[in-house]
Amino acid sequence: MGIAYPFSAIVGQDELKTALCVVVVDPGVGGLLALGDRGTGKSTAVRALAALLPKMRAVDGCAYACDPDGDDSACGDCPARARRGAKVKQVPVPVVDLPLGATEDRVTGALDLERALTRGEKAFEPGLLARANRGFLYIDEVNLLEDHLVDLLIDVAASGENVVEREGLSVRHPAKFTLVGSGNPEEGELRPQLLDRFGLAVDVRTPGDVAARVEVVKRRDAFERDRAGFVAAWKAADAKLRNRLVAARGRLAKTETSDAALARAAGLCMKLGTDGLRGEIALVRAARALAAFEGDPAVTDAHLRRMAAPALRHRLRRNPLDDTGSTARIERALAETFGA
Amino acid sequence: MSAIPDPAWARALLAARLLACDPHGLGGARLAGPPGPARERWLAELRAHSPAGAKLRRIPARIPDERLLGGLDLEATLAAGARVARGGVLAEADGGIVLIAMAETLPPATAAKICMVLDAGTATAEREGVSSAAPARIGVVAFDEAEPDETPLAPALRERLAFDVDLAGLRVADAPPLEPDPMDQAASAPAADEATIGWLCAAAAALGVDSARAPLFALRVARALAAREGVGRIDAEHARVAAELVLAPRATRLPVDETPASESPPEPPSDSAPPDAGPPDESPSPDTTEKLDDRVLAAATAAIPPGLLARLQAGAAGRVRGAGGRSGGVGKSGARGRPAGTMAGDPKRSGVRLDLIATLRAAAPWQRLRATSAGEPDVSAPRVRVHHGDFRVRRLKPRAVSTTIFALDASGSSALHRMAEAKGAVELMLAECYVRRDRVAVLAFRGRGAELALPPTRSLVRAKRALAGLPGGGGTPIASALDAAAELVAGVRRQGGTPNLVVLTDGRANVARDGTGGREAATAQALDAAKALRALGARAVLIDTAARPSPDARALGEALGALYLPLPQADARALDRAIKAGLG
Repeated sequence: MGIAYPFSAIVGQDELKTALCVVVVDPGVGGLLALGDRGTGKSTAVRALAALLPKMRAVDGCAYACDPDGDDSACGDCPARARRGAKVKQVPVPVVDLPLGATEDRVTGALDLERALTRGEKAFEPGLLARANRGFLYIDEVNLLEDHLVDLLIDVAASGENVVEREGLSVRHPAKFTLVGSGNPEEGELRPQLLDRFGLAVDVRTPGDVAARVEVVKRRDAFERDRAGFVAAWKAADAKLRNRLVAARGRLAKTETSDAALARAAGLCMKLGTDGLRGEIALVRAARALAAFEGDPAVTDAHLRRMAAPALRHRLRRNPLDDTGSTARIERALAETFGA
Repeated sequence: MSAIPDPAWARALLAARLLACDPHGLGGARLAGPPGPARERWLAELRAHSPAGAKLRRIPARIPDERLLGGLDLEATLAAGARVARGGVLAEADGGIVLIAMAETLPPATAAKICMVLDAGTATAEREGVSSAAPARIGVVAFDEAEPDETPLAPALRERLAFDVDLAGLRVADAPPLEPDPMDQAASAPAADEATIGWLCAAAAALGVDSARAPLFALRVARALAAREGVGRIDAEHARVAAELVLAPRATRLPVDETPASESPPEPPSDSAPPDAGPPDESPSPDTTEKLDDRVLAAATAAIPPGLLARLQAGAAGRVRGAGGRSGGVGKSGARGRPAGTMAGDPKRSGVRLDLIATLRAAAPWQRLRATSAGEPDVSAPRVRVHHGDFRVRRLKPRAVSTTIFALDASGSSALHRMAEAKGAVELMLAECYVRRDRVAVLAFRGRGAELALPPTRSLVRAKRALAGLPGGGGTPIASALDAAAELVAGVRRQGGTPNLVVLTDGRANVARDGTGGREAATAQALDAAKALRALGARAVLIDTAARPSPDARALGEALGALYLPLPQADARALDRAIKAGLG
């Protein structure tokens, strides 16, 4: 796929970058949706993430890259492998692209056609969901995805398990992944059911000032002229960020969330009238991941404030009598809850 | 033959030459205009300047995914008894240019896939048991033959093509003769200096071009121009031509007339643009000591195609429409349209198509079993045993039918004398809808409430009769009318259609929902109803039928998110044209 643009070299887009780091620190936040105009670097940021992520330990030979230390979510074969003493290897965290043209059988996995044709055997060939296990599933132009694939993804994202019942096959395997989507809402609306499954949603805009734009063009141009050199120049910055992410993951369990912070989050969600509890959970988890990322011992109002818009803006019920955008409504509720 | 080459032709052909030398770096070109000699002339230029052996592949807009990106080669697979993958056309054209005929009919999903390949330089396929990635460093030339009232090329793809060439109105006779260009084998491109990037970004900002891709393409063009001349640096002329070629066709507004320098005092580039300092639209900061951005800007402005801004305004009004374009919505299953998944089913049923590969895959595991259970060592036995239950069909989503809903103010205030005009306009629209096989509905409101004068229909005769019999006079119950329209819009949506709304009123609401009079309550309710209707996301046009443009109607139009057309002196034909422009 060539060399990806370095994450640290992305100009501006702070909300997007922070949100990506937050879902890396705590995958439990539940995925990220980046909506915005064309040419604002949504895809660039997500693709850059793949190069940034630290490697993970996985059972050698497992199609689902099961965690050798985790036992609750292993695939059907891994307990047997563990008894035989399977090797463990370091693998890169998968960032799997779901191309728009993908057929359902490639997404869920299907009958291995080759073995069926040559040997008359029934065997399962894992698909993209298997490959994305423990990593990221990236869908560019998620709003143009065909409905039946959307339904399927909603289902798997919610259960963390992919169940295949087709062509006489009956297979279930772990499929825990962080869903990352990007798209331009002007080209097609996203269905509300899918919208709600994303933990965070970010609006990506073109930088307003000319200086920032000049910087964008300059860096991109330097990258295109000498990819290897450009990546080398940013290697140190990316390594620093990677270490920060690893440290934050270690700190996450110890980062405290006080009852007061929980009450604040609940109050905010009630004021905004978000449907269900998913918004509150996403907000609290995102705030905690942000605190861990920034090295703070506990979740404070500042963390909640910063994560409120990305965690809640896509969950507000559209009020036809109120023209103000979601972000503005959240700002208002924030000011009321936390004081100006 | 004119001695001085036509500037439009010169620009168009320069784009072809540049693209021929760097197809993947520049993404490609959108070529607007009908097929004909002008297009052939442009293509000849492209061919003549392409390096020897460069590939030029034509693909149809309705190309299936497995051909575009690659997939299973079924014939070879069955013959070999093992999976054989076949590369897609985009990968086959690696290093060359892909030509897409009738690109305006490119389905959004196909356009998105081409965009993906343009971005990555790789064609990735995940289908039919094949997972492949092949290099596809291509450029795309999209022939956009859309008529002014049709949907043009998908914006996501258009955005990724450096050039936008309008060939409509160019005559081949005016084109300069085709001659080889010794500068095709360019020297190495010079480095970009800060000043050039500054000019191009400032020009892009002044023209309202938001995407970061535009200045990047412009920079690439400027650099290629400098390289062709063999000079070591990009100069003003290169930046000017690059702005003309790349930025001008993307302009969304005209820059303000005064030179930017006279509005804001010149500052050193380092602190010229503090972060988030107001909108950049009115004051592109002068990043450079030379006043070059003015010249770049002037060149770009001069090259903005005529009529572009008018079209932009119509486009901006249409921004609120959401997903439902005239042909954007998708309805229930049918035999035409884009694929919506594969399922088990009878291929003889209407609205579905046999999915051969899925069918074979369903049958594959049972072959041995079926062969043995059949127990007939017969030579005539079929090689592949397909049972009825194996059939897989592809569901397709057809384009949705548009329904235009006219909400007609028949009250006394909207003046009986305007009713005739409104009726005339509706009749003209009816004829047009009839040609397009669209449906229409008419809602009339007067007195205490609204009445559905004509439920959604395709019948021209019924519609005319309903219009002729419409009575006038009485109060103006706008809130009730909009409530009824909202119901109709939701109904059309439920049936899988795409609703368009045309409201003809003077906006002077004076009857509340409960039928009582009183301007204040009626107006407030009307605005509420308009906002609720807007949330349904139908495209709307509000035609102000008051004698003078009325602030009430304008406010109502805004609340509706509608295109507002004050037409105090309109005749039926002008109304018809306006409605078409607004919904087109």
